[in-house]
Amino acid sequence: MSNIPENLRYSKDHEWIAVDGDVATIGITDYAQHSLGDVVYVDLPRVGDKFDTHESFGSVESVKAVSEIFTPLGGEITEVNDGLNDTPESVNSDPYSAGWMIKMKMANSGEADALLSAAEYEEYLEASA
Amino acid sequence: MSENELKRTPLNDAHRALGGKMVDFGGWDMPVQYKAGVIDEHLRCRTSSGLFDVSHMGEIWVVGPGAISFVNRITTNDVTKLVEGQAQYSALTNEKGGIVDDLLVYRFGEEKLLLVVNAGTTEKDFAWISSHHSAADNCTIENASAKFCQIAVQGPNALKILQQITETPLEAISYYHFSEGKVDGVDAIISRTGYTGEDGFEVYADPKFAEQLWNKFLALGGFGDGDGILPCGLAARNTLRLEAAMSLYGHELGDDITPYEANLGWITKLAKGDFIGRQALAEQKEAGPKRKLAGFEMTEPGIARDGFDVYVNDEKCGVVTSGSPAPYLKKNIGLAFLPPAFTTAGQEIKIDIRGRKVAAVVVPTPFYKRRK
Repeated sequence: MSNIPENLRYSKDHEWIAVDGDVATIGITDYAQHSLGDVVYVDLPRVGDKFDTHESFGSVESVKAVSEIFTPLGGEITEVNDGLNDTPESVNSDPYSAGWMIKMKMANSGEADALLSAAEYEEYLEASA
Repeated sequence: MSENELKRTPLNDAHRALGGKMVDFGGWDMPVQYKAGVIDEHLRCRTSSGLFDVSHMGEIWVVGPGAISFVNRITTNDVTKLVEGQAQYSALTNEKGGIVDDLLVYRFGEEKLLLVVNAGTTEKDFAWISSHHSAADNCTIENASAKFCQIAVQGPNALKILQQITETPLEAISYYHFSEGKVDGVDAIISRTGYTGEDGFEVYADPKFAEQLWNKFLALGGFGDGDGILPCGLAARNTLRLEAAMSLYGHELGDDITPYEANLGWITKLAKGDFIGRQALAEQKEAGPKRKLAGFEMTEPGIARDGFDVYVNDEKCGVVTSGSPAPYLKKNIGLAFLPPAFTTAGQEIKIDIRGRKVAAVVVPTPFYKRRK
């Protein structure tokens, strides 16, 4: 069973979003890391890059495949997790903490309300299983 | 069983019980990885041992007084050089010299050869071989794929593990040789071959003993211990063979790729007499192939994948056939077809990774060579 922390928001692209004021921290969920397998490379944007909602902001590569990652919200990148250059495997071992990917200043903080709750994400996973 | 249903090896239940992540591989329901994951599976095979279900591979018997001359006519290597108990890497070629498949030819006797071909191409190969076979060849051909399971135990501990359940002296079997004997009381062909770049064995037996042998290997290999044997899925099989720069049909090999292009000149014996594709291959050897397979490693962050374009001096000049992170070497490596002038080690190239040109350099192959 996937680990789905209560305090986070989720997207249907299997990202998690931690909202703190107008800043969102974003990573991929336990379910996503498990489906990808061993992550070996994470390609992230630069600080200052601006994205609309549901734009590809980077990619996660496992040994076998590459998957694009999409912004669950629009906004400007304020920080990226450079640590993933050296330890991309954190995405597997600790997806909700050390495996975080980007922080964004949200263009419209109201957007966060439209994201899935933990219960809704769990339901979504069950329905698509 | 409907035509759309995936084929299963006799170890299908065993894979599921081990938590194998099952995928459609050329019409076969196979584990791409188990619980340990591709990186651990790969590393364990290099440092200890890995266990592979390769029962999906195809086996074709060629039996009769004309067996050797028939197989010599449809393959590139020289079958007359084989001695009993020896196996030979070879290729089936078409009239244009393109590779129908790569295969192993095992010599059991003067009138008995076994061809071991790729899983996804077994039907195609058998149809191809049949279409070039007639009564005049003085031998019979039989697609015996369903009569064999095949389990590969590979890695530095492979011999030690297998020796515990066979009286056949394994040290006496040289690389690319085989012996018939009993494994765990079961009639088997014990072949010192593999697709990992490690020492190891491939064991062929009646499918009804597949689970028995599989479970025995896991138990004797210490599966579950810190450095014990791990079952390895297709993903690890692919990264292991890529580190060893072994070709994979559909990537480095195909109907429009010749042995010379794929660096398989060493299995192409033009002097042995006529064989299908010989004329075309002789012409290509004379003129020199227009492209050749080369190994490369990325010198900037990025992973090349199959089908990505290769650039030299801003000009598109080749294509990646296989690309992946190399778990043991901890580099991102790949194979690509390039104009021969660009295949010298040290040649700087760029790989187009989703629109970004990322630097790489041609390196000698194999990328990985085990210490003997």
